[in-house]
Amino acid sequence: MSQAPLQRTGNLPDINQRNADWYIDKIVQYLVFLSGISAIVLIVGIFVFVTVEGLGFLLEDFSFKEFFLSQWWEPTDDDEPTYGILALIAGTASVTGLAMLVAIPFSLGSAIYIAEFATGKTREFLKILIELLAAVPSVVWGFIGLSIMNPLIIDIFDVPVGLNILNAGIILGLMAAPIMTSISEDALKAVPDRYREAAEALGGTRWQVIYKTVLPAAKNGLLGGVLLGVGRGFGETMAVLMATGHAINMPGSVFDSVRALTATIAAELGETAVGSPHYQALFTIGIFLFSITFIINLTADLIVRGIRKS
Amino acid sequence: MANPGIADNQFLETELNVSAKRTETLFRILFMVMAGLLILPVLIILTTLLVKGSSIISFDFLFTSPTDGMTAGGIFPALLGTVWLVGVALIISVPVGVAAAVYLSEYAPDNWFTRAINLAIINLAGVPSIVHALFGVGAFVIFFGFGTSILAASMTLAVMTLPVVIVATRESLQAVPQAFREACWNMGATRWQTIRRVVLPNSVSGILTGVILEVSRTTGETAPIMFTGAAFFIPVLPESVFDQTMALSLHLFVVSTQVPNVPEALPYGVALVLISMVLLMNSASIALRMHLRGKKKW
Amino acid sequence: MVSAVQEMDQLTRDQNPADPANRVKLEVRDVAIRYGSSIAISEINLEVRKNEIFGIIGPSNAGKTSFLKAINRMNDFDSGMSVEGEILFDGTDIRDVRNVYALRNRIGVVFPLPVGLPLTVYENVAFVPRLRGIGDKAELDVIVERCLTRAALWDEVKDRLNSLGSLLSGGQQQRLTIARALSQEPELLMLDEFSIAVDPVTTMRIEDVLKELKPEMSIILVTNLVQQARRLADRTAFFLDGECVEIGETDDLFSGRVKDARTTDYIEGRFG
Repeated sequence: MSQAPLQRTGNLPDINQRNADWYIDKIVQYLVFLSGISAIVLIVGIFVFVTVEGLGFLLEDFSFKEFFLSQWWEPTDDDEPTYGILALIAGTASVTGLAMLVAIPFSLGSAIYIAEFATGKTREFLKILIELLAAVPSVVWGFIGLSIMNPLIIDIFDVPVGLNILNAGIILGLMAAPIMTSISEDALKAVPDRYREAAEALGGTRWQVIYKTVLPAAKNGLLGGVLLGVGRGFGETMAVLMATGHAINMPGSVFDSVRALTATIAAELGETAVGSPHYQALFTIGIFLFSITFIINLTADLIVRGIRKS
Repeated sequence: MANPGIADNQFLETELNVSAKRTETLFRILFMVMAGLLILPVLIILTTLLVKGSSIISFDFLFTSPTDGMTAGGIFPALLGTVWLVGVALIISVPVGVAAAVYLSEYAPDNWFTRAINLAIINLAGVPSIVHALFGVGAFVIFFGFGTSILAASMTLAVMTLPVVIVATRESLQAVPQAFREACWNMGATRWQTIRRVVLPNSVSGILTGVILEVSRTTGETAPIMFTGAAFFIPVLPESVFDQTMALSLHLFVVSTQVPNVPEALPYGVALVLISMVLLMNSASIALRMHLRGKKKW
Repeated sequence: MVSAVQEMDQLTRDQNPADPANRVKLEVRDVAIRYGSSIAISEINLEVRKNEIFGIIGPSNAGKTSFLKAINRMNDFDSGMSVEGEILFDGTDIRDVRNVYALRNRIGVVFPLPVGLPLTVYENVAFVPRLRGIGDKAELDVIVERCLTRAALWDEVKDRLNSLGSLLSGGQQQRLTIARALSQEPELLMLDEFSIAVDPVTTMRIEDVLKELKPEMSIILVTNLVQQARRLADRTAFFLDGECVEIGETDDLFSGRVKDARTTDYIEGRFG
């Protein structure tokens, strides 16, 4: 066990001398900080740039009453263009609403099955499939609405047009369901096992335990998941552009074609001259969309975070 | 115990028990069916795309340009354009995203400012894609003067998918136990030396998982590139980041809605190529993740 | 009583300034450590001389680990921990040090829970030499073998230097940690209850190593084994509830020549 003593190599760092490593560390610290604040810079940047482009319209042609309460979106009318987005809001709301009717029960049911009933390989398999479902691009969903759902709806319901609220609602529901499922599953998983054990010790069946104990305990997380789904439906563009029929209508039934806020921007921005009132009006819709989704996401996050803390 | 009859009775199912069990089975099956119904569409869609689209897919389809007003020919310019857009977007978003995650995981103190950053990331992920497009037009096309170009479109895509990279990277950095960092600091390693020599090497596969996921998402995006750099039809291939380009996702939109008299198989073929790319990358990401989970490093 | 010891030390030093064995490596003045409002250490005064093993004994929660963290300024990473008072390393207040990484680099630390880094065994030991810019393979080979040998680990791992250090057994990881600390060629080595994760035979081997190292460095040995301090330490301090109850020559403490009866009570196992 005896050997030569430690030979100090002589290049021991000097505690009173800052070396290259010290400066590199400082520089890296500033660099990553700059990247770290990028998200804040970008969020503010998005709001600023979209607002700046829409500002001209907001200051001159914008009338709150017309914008939100008129159902006439006729920006290309030569004599008297009108910029009412009520029909577009109604279109977005009806499609998102139907999507939620489809997505909420299915994603909740799937989440309960995955979190509470399925085990081992089945659970893994289901989770992977749900993840793949979430990966399908929105333009592909739009194409599916256009070329698969459209003829199907015409056949089944004997209606002249299959591009309508029903079509887009189902498509959007399928799109929103995966994220809602995985958030709901997280919320169910977050309920401590001792709740289940306590309830089971009292003689409840699995379903009674879920219904009476687990679901109430996971309430907030589930609500957060639904809100995120709403946010996603609200902001979806390509699928609703392709599946709604893109016709300005105040919706009366699920078989009406409608037009969504997002789709309007996507369809018209390319045809407008930069800086024209029409162009600026589209950016104003953008501000509206940004604000709504911002509020929805913020609320969802606060709700979800709230349960994680307690 | 003195009376075995009573003990036996305790294990007999009461009527109440039976009905409760029935309800349980009923719900179990109901939820299973719901999960099945959620997944069924994917299978139907994949099958339909496969049946209707596979006939058109050939070497020529993948590697020639569209002809006859986009009603015939291949998708090569769109395919190449997507590679350009995704590649440039990655070059921008991966360094920024990884650095941001390093800041949040390794440097950020637990205070209101860090919470604000996290909130911004969540909200950035929730901004509608068409609003990202508007931002791209206002900021990159007009304000920074890139014009409608690959650069402007890729930057828009990078902004949009930044949260994916940040969140995935942060998660894999935080999976490295704190004790390793402290051991390094105790030996006199700077934070950066610790990150570079111990933390990053042990989370690089997790980061890769996130990057693949980001590539997959970027590939499918359409709205953000419509007005920032992707065009319906361009007869020449892009040569620099300042050129416009075609893109696969936009091409699917164009051939299925904007071009008359397209043979049915064509859009199905485009959709099939697009979804195959996306699902393949997603599966790779999932496979990598599962492989990592099985590998024990500490 | 603490000041009495200090005065004595001061006297010895003044009498014999040329003798390096008497020079002070680390001086701790009025150090108090707080976590928020709870006090971990209050008003500690002591000094560690060059080439001595300085034992610290005391029951758990006596603040020993916090004390070690303050010495190499690991409290910088813990915003909840505040340190007051002065700690002088070679006469320099560690808060005035311009390169804190260099300070930590010159102080080796071994904590109770062993941490093998998720690098190969070889790279674990080559970590610090590489930080110092040694890239030559032959030179690194020599350092790695020497440090592993001194930490009584070489024979067990010499055939698998490329396996992960984080997958070694607990006892092996602890010796790997010691080898890493030795690779720093430290001037001050701090060991915090190192024998918790190590079997008795290995403990004895490491104790032998520590004796060998004494001519080259100062060693602070925090231990929960009173007898370990008796075997190794030149001087020993007794910590209790964040206070330093007594500092003295180990022989004095263990032969009942104490200033505070609690010291004897603890040494003889009446509490703790």
